[in-house]
Amino acid sequence: MESRFRVLFLIVAAVSLSGCAATKNLFGFGPEEAPPPSAEPPGQVVDPEVARREIKEPAIDREDFEIGGYVGIMSIEDFGSDVSYGLRIAYHITEGFFVEATVGQSEGGLTSFEVLSGGARLITDDERTLTYYNLNVGYNILPGEVFMGEGRAYNTNLYLIAGLGSTTFAGDDRFTVNVGAGYRFLLTDSVALHIDFRDHLFDIDLLGEEKTAHNLEGHLGFTVFF
Amino acid sequence: MSEPSITTIPSTPRPTSSAWLACLAIVVSLLILAAPALAEDEYRSVTVADPYLEMRTGPGGGYPIFNVVDRGESVDVIKQRTDWYLVRADNGKEGWVDRAQMQLTLQPDGTPVSFKEAGIEDFTNAKWETGLLAGDFGGANIVSLYGSYSLNPNVSVELWGSQILGNFSNGWMGSVNVVHEAFPDWRVSPFFTLGAGFIHTSPKTTIIQGEDRTDQVGHVGGGFRVYATRRFLLRAEYKSYVVFTSRDENEEVEEWKVGFAFFF
Repeated sequence: MESRFRVLFLIVAAVSLSGCAATKNLFGFGPEEAPPPSAEPPGQVVDPEVARREIKEPAIDREDFEIGGYVGIMSIEDFGSDVSYGLRIAYHITEGFFVEATVGQSEGGLTSFEVLSGGARLITDDERTLTYYNLNVGYNILPGEVFMGEGRAYNTNLYLIAGLGSTTFAGDDRFTVNVGAGYRFLLTDSVALHIDFRDHLFDIDLLGEEKTAHNLEGHLGFTVFF
Repeated sequence: MSEPSITTIPSTPRPTSSAWLACLAIVVSLLILAAPALAEDEYRSVTVADPYLEMRTGPGGGYPIFNVVDRGESVDVIKQRTDWYLVRADNGKEGWVDRAQMQLTLQPDGTPVSFKEAGIEDFTNAKWETGLLAGDFGGANIVSLYGSYSLNPNVSVELWGSQILGNFSNGWMGSVNVVHEAFPDWRVSPFFTLGAGFIHTSPKTTIIQGEDRTDQVGHVGGGFRVYATRRFLLRAEYKSYVVFTSRDENEEVEEWKVGFAFFF
């Protein structure tokens, strides 16, 4: 009986002591903690000499633009295939989306009709030069990484593009829609190789009835980010 | 033998081809020379304040994390591409860090660094804007590119270049617009526009042999700028043009266009 009271007394004492320890500062009991040492003279609460801190936006080199050129082959419907080349500039808006402008040129050959009919020419030689510009939106649909051996990794992107523009061919400017896909292979963080396939669609009525011509272009490009 | 063979493709001189290639070569070589010069710029150093900074192998959320920099260590910021920052850690490793993590770093003196993301406030306050619109110009296709400078959140000045591609004639148009937005802070912001410029039209060669014309145009219109996300906005507009022709009657043309733009 006596030992049971002793245990009860000990429990009560332990609980009340721990409670006091937790609440002593709350109610102002117990020894006060020493104030932090201060070099300031008594009475001065705030040091007015503190420099105002400004949040700075650092001037970091932005590399959202991509510029370069390309060379490839363009197949002009009914007019054969020839070398095409052009320039492109792109602006990367987010990690997925970019906008792109391209200008390019190729050369149309003779149509089958012109070859078989003898000397008849549908258009002059000057009019066979095909020049186009396009304003496109692109999306990096499959970003990725490729490995060369065990020690080298390169970033890549498979992207889709679609856009509008104009093609000058056979004596007229033609409203052109172009769609395509490309593969960007980054040799370094700033230099990239491209492989692109594009279809330029425009209406042409040179061979009788009006039709939508598909003009396929494949090219190899080189771009630099800046 | 004086007559050439009919199947021979005439070899035409291509002065334009060589000019193009020369231009390309100059641009590319200049850029190659310029690239290392840019890279040698002084790097900005920031200190990691978050428990850790994750470095990815590429500028995108899907690239794997290959290196982690602990709190208190510093990294050099080499460059930025869209919302990603290329940083170099003390151990020499280079990787890409997203804006959200860079926002939690500190300058060497302990003050926070600001890596702001474009938002709807910039939609209202950004000075420059450029976009691409396409649509219908009196039955013809029209492709337009514009650049805009904001004098204040309500008023901006725009420069437009358009190509008109129709069934019977083609043309170019350039104009200067003044745009007024009554509620520039609205997500869907209506605007009113007035402008003037020039239009050049040339009839299609296969239809008719006509003369090229250049006329003055004036226009009035309205539309909406709609904030999409980040720096993107969508734009739709209607304009009513009066073409001041040299003939007895002026021509009136209605134009509808939709497209996208981004501000910076």
